[in-house]
Amino acid sequence: MLAVNIAGIKMKTPVMTASGTFGFGPEYSEFVDLNRLGAIVVKGTTLLSRTGNFGRRIAETPAGMLNSIGLENPGADEFLTMTLPKLAKYDVPIIVNISGNTVEEYGKMATKLSVSGVAGLELNISCPNVKQGGIAFGTDPASAAAVVCEVKKNTSIPVIVKLSPNVTDIVAMAKTVEEAGADAVSLINTLLGMAIDTASWRPVLGNIVGGLSGPAVKPVALRMVWQVAKAVKVPVIGMGGIMTAQDAVEFLLAGASAVAVGTANFVNPYASVDVAEGIKDYLRVRGLSDVRQLVGRVNDNIV
Amino acid sequence: MALPKMVVRSKVLANELIGPLVWRLTLSAPQIAAVAKPGQFVHVRVMDSLAPLLRRPISIAEVYAAEGTISLIYRVVGQGSAIMAEAKPGSELDLMGPLGNGFSLEAERPLLVGGGIGLAPLVYLAQALCPRPVTILMGGRTKEEMYWQDIFKNLCQNIYITTDDGSLGQQGFTVDALDDILAKGNFDFVYSCGPRPMLAGVARLAKLHNVLCQVSLEDYMACGVGACLSCTCAGNDGKRRKICSDGPVFMAGEVLD
Repeated sequence: MLAVNIAGIKMKTPVMTASGTFGFGPEYSEFVDLNRLGAIVVKGTTLLSRTGNFGRRIAETPAGMLNSIGLENPGADEFLTMTLPKLAKYDVPIIVNISGNTVEEYGKMATKLSVSGVAGLELNISCPNVKQGGIAFGTDPASAAAVVCEVKKNTSIPVIVKLSPNVTDIVAMAKTVEEAGADAVSLINTLLGMAIDTASWRPVLGNIVGGLSGPAVKPVALRMVWQVAKAVKVPVIGMGGIMTAQDAVEFLLAGASAVAVGTANFVNPYASVDVAEGIKDYLRVRGLSDVRQLVGRVNDNIV
Repeated sequence: MALPKMVVRSKVLANELIGPLVWRLTLSAPQIAAVAKPGQFVHVRVMDSLAPLLRRPISIAEVYAAEGTISLIYRVVGQGSAIMAEAKPGSELDLMGPLGNGFSLEAERPLLVGGGIGLAPLVYLAQALCPRPVTILMGGRTKEEMYWQDIFKNLCQNIYITTDDGSLGQQGFTVDALDDILAKGNFDFVYSCGPRPMLAGVARLAKLHNVLCQVSLEDYMACGVGACLSCTCAGNDGKRRKICSDGPVFMAGEVLD
């Protein structure tokens, strides 16, 4: 009823965890049976370890949060030797979110991470919190295409490209990465935002700006998923502020073939499983037998 | 499959103002009370709506396992804690925990050093260390903030106090009084929680006197379980530490100079 196949990645449910919000998985294993997830998209990984940004890294905003973690992670080697073996005992696809400073670095990471136990790669070309790479690739279609081509040259596992909402025309970006060989697209990454402390007149975040996530971004995410899903043939993974099954169903109707739960994990550690169960209930109530019957079915004809 | 961590609905038993802007919230949370260790925290969802969205990490201040109750002593500093202060007896709060790692309970002759709201986790620590003789050094800005005396008087053998303005105890910071206390006493463990500069001073003096020292750190947290990396800090071995899940209690030498 819930099983989906996204670009060759077989998932028991269409509900994945969004990169950066679920650690590498084991962090939540005392709350959630990881075997019940559609897929785990692990914390953004870089070739070498990174310590992330200085100063305060999160700020709460109305129905959302800003983060400027800055891709802190132990690096690809430690992921491969320390973390991936621990994930082997779970029957869940592991998708590694990767970031590079250069096009070549994305290629190197793709080669390194195309190993047994890694079901797919998600290219982070949309991190708003790092100086080099990151969003620089995600806002320029030619650079984005170059990254995708380089990765595709170096791997045979499915490649998902995570798109930034901080662009004028997300449809153009989606089409460009599709042409470059992306097997799927995921959207949205966080929206660039800011908060200021009125007592000190200082920005709240050490990095001054950060990425907005949570329910506050959902309408923007949904609109972008709907636009992109109409324009590309590859599967779309929808995310941005999903807290409940109802939210997830909206994304599916808008054209997402799968969804990811992000910030909601922080509020409700069971959110990813709760959303999947809720989709099942929704299908039952509506007399449907397969989640795929929802995908892209929003009736958007103007009457 | 055993999943040891939990999210529970807990009933508010009492919520009282005990000092300037500081409240004690007593909750019925038998599952948490049964397993919580001193130094651990709960991640509180202050209301079920989407704003404020995030949980608030609050250290566990007291545990009465037989009654199945815990208390949180917190200062109203923002939107979340202001909402907590409105919680009425009989209402319910959503708690996640207990999270993080607690204090070592190996000490025979412990010295507790706390500043301001950092004294909260030391209450449960003092409870757990009893009947060992516990000495505490507590600091605050003025005597009005030293309501902590009433809380610690039945748990500690010796109480030393400093206030910034000298209105009670020795004038100055806890660190100003600590050197003498360590020199006179025969302590085998220092436990500390409070502002970061205070912790650095406590750690330095404990090292000077060759006494083991644990500190409890705090930071802004989103997940509380080591996933979001909001609260990481540098360890002295060059590796990163997550305050929520590697801490919040650390050996002082692990994270401070």
